[in-house]
Amino acid sequence: MKRLSAFNVVSLTLGFSFLYLPIVLLILYSFNAGRSVAVWGGWSTKWYGSVFENDQLLDAAWVTLQVGVLSASVATVLGTLAALALARYGRFRGRTLFSAMVYAPLVMPEVITGLSLLLLFVAVNLDRGFWTIVLSHITFTMCFVAVVVQSRLASFDRSVEEAAMDLGCTPFVTFFRITLPIILPAVISGWMLAFTLSLDDLVIASFTTGPGATTLPMKIYSDVRLGVKPEINAVCSLMVGVVTIAVVIASIMTKRQEVERERAERAALAGR
Amino acid sequence: MFARGNQRWIVTAIPYAWMLVFFLVPFLIVLKISFSSTEIAQPPYSPTFDLINDVWVDTLEKLQALQFDNYKRLFTDSIYVESYLSSLWIAGTSTLMMLFLAYPIAYGMARAPKSIRPTLVMMVILPFWTSFLIRIYAWISILSEEGLLNSLLVSLGIIDEPMQILSTNTAVYIGILYSYLPFMVLPLYSALEKMDDSLIEAAKDLGCTQFQAFWRVTFPLSIPGVIAGCFLVFIPAVGEFVIPDLLGGSETLMIGKTMWEEFFNNRDWPAASAVAVALLIVLMIPIVIFQSNEARQQEMR
Repeated sequence: MKRLSAFNVVSLTLGFSFLYLPIVLLILYSFNAGRSVAVWGGWSTKWYGSVFENDQLLDAAWVTLQVGVLSASVATVLGTLAALALARYGRFRGRTLFSAMVYAPLVMPEVITGLSLLLLFVAVNLDRGFWTIVLSHITFTMCFVAVVVQSRLASFDRSVEEAAMDLGCTPFVTFFRITLPIILPAVISGWMLAFTLSLDDLVIASFTTGPGATTLPMKIYSDVRLGVKPEINAVCSLMVGVVTIAVVIASIMTKRQEVERERAERAALAGR
Repeated sequence: MFARGNQRWIVTAIPYAWMLVFFLVPFLIVLKISFSSTEIAQPPYSPTFDLINDVWVDTLEKLQALQFDNYKRLFTDSIYVESYLSSLWIAGTSTLMMLFLAYPIAYGMARAPKSIRPTLVMMVILPFWTSFLIRIYAWISILSEEGLLNSLLVSLGIIDEPMQILSTNTAVYIGILYSYLPFMVLPLYSALEKMDDSLIEAAKDLGCTQFQAFWRVTFPLSIPGVIAGCFLVFIPAVGEFVIPDLLGGSETLMIGKTMWEEFFNNRDWPAASAVAVALLIVLMIPIVIFQSNEARQQEMR
């Protein structure tokens, strides 16, 4: 058993305070009774009340949620297909280009992705708005899904799949009855990642949106430019809360699934 | 049902086609528009050549007519050159600072008892799940003139009057350090965690001091993590827009911000496209180094 030295304890404490203090302060000041986000004026929940009376904010939140669910779902399907192609099909013609296209958006500056997608939409004369944001978000989030799912596929015992096919399953049935259940935790966390990336995105949405479609980050951004106020803190705290709950639920679910799988594996071994 | 070959074809073709249409083609359009001249119209550019129709007609003539003006401006207009250099400088310095900030954290995590390590990793990742914009926003109220940091410093008697931190490059550095910290901590941690403790013990038995053991054994073994972390911070930091825009001031020149202003404020699409192409060329070198480094690591495993 190792003991942490004083130096390690101090660096961990300072590091984690640096990571968490700003978020804690943000949430704290959303309960500030005063108008300032820096001077404490007593407890109050009035800013949360005014969030729920602000139609523009609620509309933006609704748009963001729809964009997030739609784009994350399509991106999960496309990203899983891309991961299968990359992890399973070995060398096929055009593979280098394909893998470059899947990995490039991960490091591509958002301003470039946003600009290039906008210019595409203008070139084909597509009306910009809700659907162009969805298309853009699918494109950049599917790459993250592909990476997450691919890493799960790489550590996967293929003999199970081969056994299913030897027993007469078609590749299609094998995928849905064997492969998908095994990679499901990765697919779910891919969806979560795509969803939060979509909720989070300001730059790409700003480029590709049109009149009438404003996402929550765009609304927050334009409000912040006019000045900070506790109402924005309240919106942000709500978002932090939602994401935290979602992440905790997801990690509990994957944990439970892993435990169950281990139990099933043990049972299978014992029965042999 | 699909035959096996057919199914493979479909699985590959769908995402492949999607990426061609929404990633490669848009990029070619950026390239094309960067060679066009600006016009006050909708869309505000006039194409120099139409790829599909004209390309066979008189390619040579069209090539001569290509507008390199936008690229010439990148070199002659000092704002572009300065933005590129200052982006590289800000990203480079903050990457270096990040290394000093993240190393002790990653080291502490790797030294921690095995049972709490997953929790520590989770705690590093969790803020990453909350919105980027929100995390930057949180710093505005901390760094502003009547903000918490200034009132803390004044009440501690370190400074007499609130100083300007927000809207300076200092705030940009703080923002980058804060937002990209997990990108540096996690690769460092995974390199340090794998390390065998007996190596340090051996070094100490052979007469190394604690520092020598760190510098001559631990650090060299963590270099793959150092390289991965540095690139993961440096590459996105160069093209960053939100941080310099919200935390920086008018003195802050970063290429992502310049491009955004060129596009949204000046409505100069060809210039913005040329800036984008040039930014990508600048980033190509670190990206290629990073990927070949990753590939080498994969092979060694």
